[in-house]
Amino acid sequence: MSSTSTTAGKARSANALDAAAWRRWLGHPWSLGLIGILAVLLVWQLIAGSGLVDKLFLPSPEAVWKAGSEQYARGILIKDLLASVGRVGAGFALSALVSLPIGIAMGCSRVICQLLEPLMGLIRYMPAPAFIPLLIIYFGLGEEPKILLIFIGTVFFNTLMIMDSVKFVPSELRETALTLGGHGFQIVTKVVAPFIAPQVIDAYRINMASAWNLVIVAELVAANEGLGKRISLAQRFLRTDEIFVGLIVIGLIGLAIDLGFRLLMRRACSWAN
Amino acid sequence: MHLSVSGVSKTFGHGPRAKLVLDDINLELDSGEFVALVGSSGSGKSTVMRLVAGLERSSTGSITVDGRPVRGPGSDRGMVFQKYSLYPWLSAAENVAFGMQLQGRPKREVNERTAYFLEVVGLSDAGRRLPRELSGGMQQRVAIARALAADPKVLLLDEPFGALDLQIRESMQEFLYQLWERTGLTALLITHDVEEALLLAQRVHIMAPRPGRIIRTVAAQLDRSNLAHLRVSRPFLELREELAGCLRSLDAGVPA
Repeated sequence: MSSTSTTAGKARSANALDAAAWRRWLGHPWSLGLIGILAVLLVWQLIAGSGLVDKLFLPSPEAVWKAGSEQYARGILIKDLLASVGRVGAGFALSALVSLPIGIAMGCSRVICQLLEPLMGLIRYMPAPAFIPLLIIYFGLGEEPKILLIFIGTVFFNTLMIMDSVKFVPSELRETALTLGGHGFQIVTKVVAPFIAPQVIDAYRINMASAWNLVIVAELVAANEGLGKRISLAQRFLRTDEIFVGLIVIGLIGLAIDLGFRLLMRRACSWAN
Repeated sequence: MHLSVSGVSKTFGHGPRAKLVLDDINLELDSGEFVALVGSSGSGKSTVMRLVAGLERSSTGSITVDGRPVRGPGSDRGMVFQKYSLYPWLSAAENVAFGMQLQGRPKREVNERTAYFLEVVGLSDAGRRLPRELSGGMQQRVAIARALAADPKVLLLDEPFGALDLQIRESMQEFLYQLWERTGLTALLITHDVEEALLLAQRVHIMAPRPGRIIRTVAAQLDRSNLAHLRVSRPFLELREELAGCLRSLDAGVPA
């Protein structure tokens, strides 16, 4: 009698434990996102498996996985990936390095701001891909026009976002430094720079997405390798499975970079969370 | 140390839209003195403080420290703002050390003085905490320690307790008074609270608005051996009521 009740009690507590574990799992901020992705995969599999849509238009997840593995085995996937990541890295690093001092200068000095803001506002509205023909005429078909396209497409947004963040530095923080004996350049390096660090990282994170858009556009136009180039080749041979591989890989890298920036933010600017 | 503000006026804007915000301000401050400026909002009391700090320039008149005219902000005039102006990315100790580092003092001296001034404000145990982990009163004590550690000749306090709850404000007033007694600092306090001014300062200037001007100066010779007792003593309450009435009549637009 007593033994059965203990067993029942154990079973009940195990159930309760299970329920608690499930709730904890569902409460994790990533769980619902994962469920969303899995749901889309499931619908995709169902539609592809039903035969309602021509395989040429909608390859099954399995076929896409196979095409991806094949590209990976042949070494193309890594080569394309490195080519695209390299271009984005170079172009965006250049943009980040140039926009930081200019953005801070525009935020700190009204003269510099009034001098540059209208110019930047104008160029910012010119679509970056529209520069491709010009860049090809100037620099040919090598790496320079692609890197410069990413630079042009992100540097103005980076600069203006950094400038805005400088304008939100509370005046008390600058003035305190002045009354403590600080001078102009110290205010920039010891007050402005640390204060805007979280917003700068966030600006880079947001504008990184444009850099990825642009590298793919550039590679669609002219390139020997790269994820965008692979997609445009796949189109020529009606390899929709390879197009899907390219799209998914681009999405995954973008997600990884985004998470990387968020991690950097949490590590470097824990005071702002 | 001698701070002198003489014949100072301040006009914002130009031409027909110019607005006179301060008119003929005169005040003196000597080493070891605690002086308060009391006025309602719009009386320009904060502008006086900003002029003394060198964060703004006066339109006429002169401000001198030991005979030398004030031309801009400097570490001889330390300032504590109403809103918490601690650097949120620095710990309490790093905030206290901040000014000394800007001045380029040797590392060892910075460390020693940081520890000393954290102890002076009673926050030795909180040195490693970030500002957001400190209460409002603690944050203001760190701000005071930071200003003092930079070794100013005069401490400018711009409504330092204006954002605090009443209870905490009272204990901070006692803290500041004891700090003044112990360290012999020289302070100019801006406040809208008559009680606070009378409690802490030996000399209280009352300011009237539009344009900001000093209309009355009171020497507050009170027995400050027990502030809690002083707050409810008859002479203190009478003086407080008289000055508060004076401020009220100004706010109501009745000419003083």
